[in-house]
Amino acid sequence: MNTSNIHWYDACAVDDIPKRGAVRLAHGSKTIAIFRSSDNKLFAIDDACPHKGGPLSDGIVHGDCVTCPLHNWRINLESGRAEGSDDGCVSTYPVRTSQQRVYVELTEVRDIGFA
Amino acid sequence: MTDKPQLVIVGNGMAPGRMLEYLLEQDSKIYDITIFNAEPRVNYNRLMLSSVLAGEKSYESIVTHDGAWYSDHGIQLYKNARIDNIDTVEKTVTTENGFQRRYDKLIIATGSAPIKIPVPGHDLPGVLVYRDLDDVETMLKASKVAKRAVVIGGGLLGLEAAAGLNEQGMDVTVIHLESHLMNRQLDKPAGYLLAESMQNKGIEVLLDACTESITGDSVVSGVCLKDGRFIPADIVVMAAGIRPAVSVAEKAGLAVNHGILVDDHLQTSNDDIYALGECVEHRGQCYGLVAPLYEMAKVLADNLLGGDSSYHGSTVSTKLKVSGIDVFSAGEFLGENHEEIVVRDAAMGVYRRLILSGEHLVGAVLYGDTSDSAWYLNMLKQKSDISQMRSTLVFGQSYQGGPDVDPTAAVAALADSAEICGCNGVCKSVVVNAIEAGNHNLDSVRSTTKASASCGSCTGLVEQLLTLSLGEQYQRAAVTPVCGCTSLGHADVRRLIQAKSLKSIDAVMQALEWSSSCGCAKCRPALNYYLVCEWPEEYADDYQSRFINERVHANIQNDGSFSVVPRMWGGVTNSKELRAIADVVDKYEIPMVKVTGGQRIDMLGIKKDNLPAIWKDLGEVGFVSGHAYAKGLRTVKTCVGKQWCRFGTQDSTALGVRLEKFLWGSWTPAKVKLAVSGCPRNCAEATCKDIGVICVESGFDLHFAGAAGLDIKGTEILGHVDSENAVEEHVAALLQMYREQGHYLERIYKWANRVGIDEIRQQIMTNHATRLAYLARFQASQKVAQHDPWAERADGNHHTHEFSVRMPIPQEVVA
Repeated sequence: MNTSNIHWYDACAVDDIPKRGAVRLAHGSKTIAIFRSSDNKLFAIDDACPHKGGPLSDGIVHGDCVTCPLHNWRINLESGRAEGSDDGCVSTYPVRTSQQRVYVELTEVRDIGFA
Repeated sequence: MTDKPQLVIVGNGMAPGRMLEYLLEQDSKIYDITIFNAEPRVNYNRLMLSSVLAGEKSYESIVTHDGAWYSDHGIQLYKNARIDNIDTVEKTVTTENGFQRRYDKLIIATGSAPIKIPVPGHDLPGVLVYRDLDDVETMLKASKVAKRAVVIGGGLLGLEAAAGLNEQGMDVTVIHLESHLMNRQLDKPAGYLLAESMQNKGIEVLLDACTESITGDSVVSGVCLKDGRFIPADIVVMAAGIRPAVSVAEKAGLAVNHGILVDDHLQTSNDDIYALGECVEHRGQCYGLVAPLYEMAKVLADNLLGGDSSYHGSTVSTKLKVSGIDVFSAGEFLGENHEEIVVRDAAMGVYRRLILSGEHLVGAVLYGDTSDSAWYLNMLKQKSDISQMRSTLVFGQSYQGGPDVDPTAAVAALADSAEICGCNGVCKSVVVNAIEAGNHNLDSVRSTTKASASCGSCTGLVEQLLTLSLGEQYQRAAVTPVCGCTSLGHADVRRLIQAKSLKSIDAVMQALEWSSSCGCAKCRPALNYYLVCEWPEEYADDYQSRFINERVHANIQNDGSFSVVPRMWGGVTNSKELRAIADVVDKYEIPMVKVTGGQRIDMLGIKKDNLPAIWKDLGEVGFVSGHAYAKGLRTVKTCVGKQWCRFGTQDSTALGVRLEKFLWGSWTPAKVKLAVSGCPRNCAEATCKDIGVICVESGFDLHFAGAAGLDIKGTEILGHVDSENAVEEHVAALLQMYREQGHYLERIYKWANRVGIDEIRQQIMTNHATRLAYLARFQASQKVAQHDPWAERADGNHHTHEFSVRMPIPQEVVA
């Protein structure tokens, strides 16, 4: 059983993420991807394409979008929504920076021992 | 002192100056006003400092309020009087000399201070900041005797300082930490244009450059960068940003964050104290530009008169004050989940990007032509409904209702001497003259000038020149554009990259008037390849524009895992290699091992994070990447040939290995697979490969343009050669011709079909000089291309963001 609480997590340094690139975070059973755009904006979303679960962190970033490496779905990093004719959405998470560190707001996942 | 309420102002910059104007306009009698100014001067227009530095204006001409103005309005101005204490209980201010004054209402307008980066050497004589007239005078004085200046910081102030010092005759280098200039105010395409303009003025611009230290014994001698570069300098100007000056407020116990916290009435945490200008933080925002300060000034004046107006924050706009450079940005120009409209005019060096949200304009970046900036800014502030003029909005106010953009603009912008046809060396003026002489269709231009008569890559450009000269009279064949970001086809883009010497993705997008600010997943990899191919020694491969497989040098699978295929030269292996593969499979619990059609071994189901360690283990026995993922040379399949086979005519295995060792590492438009068969029985299946060699008694038959995938097609004969050396020479030349002419993702057979088998045969087999030129260009490219990407990453210290998953650390512990 899980109980949950939302708080900020220190993810990485800003410079750990190349422009138009991503880093991955392990969070419970999920992987979360933090992207950095060419304009230095940061986005955090689930690292799984709504189509077939492709790792979005491996995609090509252009503008505020990432193109999934498996079947070229285009996901908007701000809204988490698929663009164009495709339909689907991934979760997004608030991100902030302070002193060149990147923080992401996540729901704490705690396993309290009931299998 | 009278019995009127005492209004005391700390600071005498532009914000309080403007506030007083508003106040006095309304009621000049209500307060007794006293100003304490730390600077030894009256009020001047700080925005004009760059003009003083550039020698365009004098100090006298930028004074906004002279001594007479203060006395005429009965204002007591203390110069050289720095307030260093505020007593909020007794309601007094005290200068550092101990002079005290009582207040009823106090305004703190201490402005901001330049940030001095605390690198070693930052306090050496010759290290300056750029903030007030004293700084400008110091710089002017220095420029008379010194020759070289380094400006640290490529923001607004830094660039204005750089331009001013350049005007004063100094050799100026700007060092900027980010990858484009004015990164807080501009997007990358505009920043790229700005860097070009600065460089055209003779100012050197170094991007992604981090200052490590400033050197010098008694005075500055230069700047060391983290990457080891050294830039000699006689003066160094630090323009790394500003910080609100809050120390007096903080000492007085007022609420302070980055700036002095104020509410919508500009009141601080103390009811009788207001703050104004650059020292203020309002709704989390500090401002360093003049327009917001003026808006605050108006609100504060009204409140001091008993009014109730409030300040709701400002739409910030920026203009750079460097002569000959027009750049403007406003609003949310970085765009969040918004639609963008981009137009570029390569000839005029114009870039315009508008950011829309629903029916509203929310941001704008203009470069080169900022004549419409006021019009856009007004629409931004008014939140005007732009739905009626959406399609023409980007062309500006005067274009409303005007014609559409001209698709031939990129060609029109080419110089007369620009080469249109690379194969036959035909320049633009020759083509245009031929058209004007009466050749009004493609065939006739082709036969007269030879332009587009060989590989045909420049057909699109020749057709655009026909359209340009003849207008609608000429009907062009439809071109399939590279992607939605451009109307140009692949061939046009490739020719224009050469003709205009475009050497970066930013340069291509601007010169060819891309309709998006940063391209898309289709055009970025294509442009990256074209640039890698065209400028092998100059262009820095942009990894983030490559598909994941080429970025991490493995093949992504449907579950997000990867497969790894080491190179087995010519399909030959040995026990040591096989043992290493077996060990890796066991050690990393690789779920599947499979023999590929290209005579190698594929390990599937590998976790991305294990890739560097696996490469390290494989590298220890000499394995390198097989590039099984690349738009590049994949395999050279061989049969055993005359070393073993009773029918073998030549040593096909050794020839295959030799070819693979010569060709590996090269990037190509699409994947390239070769095979070498030792006799016409063709056990290596060379006649369905991109390039195939069939050994015969008399030598070697060269084949190309086969396919055995989506399409199935036997090869075409290229020709016959009689030595292994000749095989290598002809195959490499053919590959280079394809590299230079193929469209991105176009396999050899499709390229050959487009260009013509005879044309290729002619260039490679008959035209010796052409063949040798292709070979030489291939060899030059291989010099930089042949390095093993696995070895470079095996130590785990490169591209670490790709190969590791991080554990986020919670910041507050919640029970």
